[in-house]
Amino acid sequence: MRVNEIVDKLGLEVIAADSLAREVSGAYIGDLLSNVMARAEEGNLWLTIQGHQNVVAVALLADVAAVIVVEGMTVEDAAVARAEEKGVNILRSELSAYELAVKLVKMGIE
Amino acid sequence: MRCFKADLHIHSCLSPCADIIMTAGNIIKKAVEQGLDIIAITDHNSARNVAAAVEIAAGSPLEVIPGMEVESAEGVHLLCFFDQLEQLITWQEEVYQSLPDMLNDEEYFGYQIITDQEDEFIAKEERLLATAVKMRIEDIVKKITCLGGLVIPSHIDRPYNSMLANLGFIPPEMEISILEISKHVSEKEIKERFPFIKEYSLISSSDSHYLIDIKPMMEFYMEEVSLPEIKLAVLGRNGRKSRIIK
Repeated sequence: MRVNEIVDKLGLEVIAADSLAREVSGAYIGDLLSNVMARAEEGNLWLTIQGHQNVVAVALLADVAAVIVVEGMTVEDAAVARAEEKGVNILRSELSAYELAVKLVKMGIE
Repeated sequence: MRCFKADLHIHSCLSPCADIIMTAGNIIKKAVEQGLDIIAITDHNSARNVAAAVEIAAGSPLEVIPGMEVESAEGVHLLCFFDQLEQLITWQEEVYQSLPDMLNDEEYFGYQIITDQEDEFIAKEERLLATAVKMRIEDIVKKITCLGGLVIPSHIDRPYNSMLANLGFIPPEMEISILEISKHVSEKEIKERFPFIKEYSLISSSDSHYLIDIKPMMEFYMEEVSLPEIKLAVLGRNGRKSRIIK
């Protein structure tokens, strides 16, 4: 499944978009960026409450398909600018990481 | 120029995680016994025991640097230091406005006790201190710098509540030049683990929650006890220097 299908089905807000046609390989949930760097896998959707600009660097490093900032958390302007510059997809939802995870599993992303 | 022994990260009984006998008087007595010249009492998101400590220290060979350990919205602990108590009080007002409107559950988190210069109980801090304020790191650094203070990210080697754990690395644009490492790691070990650390100057502190943990952690070679002098010593400028005691 591609990022844009997930955006449509979950009604996600697109904060920064590069390539929404990218294929999604699974998901990772985490807010400690040091741990996310070690554990998130290429092509994952990364669900986090963090809206700090370091999120963009970690997303690039782990090569995730998109970041979903959950619970409607604020994404810093510096993060948005960097995401647009570096080509990182940042999406946002009012739902919690768990609620999103349940929906993602039902859509076949496991 | 002389050598001052310092420990810049000590929690008083105002921090819910600290021992209830960590009153300002007891901390200062222990610090003097340990041969310390400079300490800072750095409670979580509050400075309500610092004034008593400054007053008690006025009659001792010890200097107390006004300080606090604030928790940013990202969950990162940051030490903040000021030259004057008034600056710290101004900062505390800002922090209190930014704390979530929640009460402390002392059964769960612990007691938050305010004491006076005689170590007598004054009050309990009712607000929950063991949490994050709404301000983000960048805002905290800007505001403290603007007030004339100094920010040093706490225990960067710790796997939680630290800049490196929570944010993965030090945000490059941030006006931070000094980092604190915990007593559990040496300067050499941390530089091996994170090579970019060599760009920063380091301090180490006891992060004492019990009297027994208080001890000299730093040596500062400088002219006098003041925040600008400490900063020069840590950065190794103008003939000042510092050393982590291990």
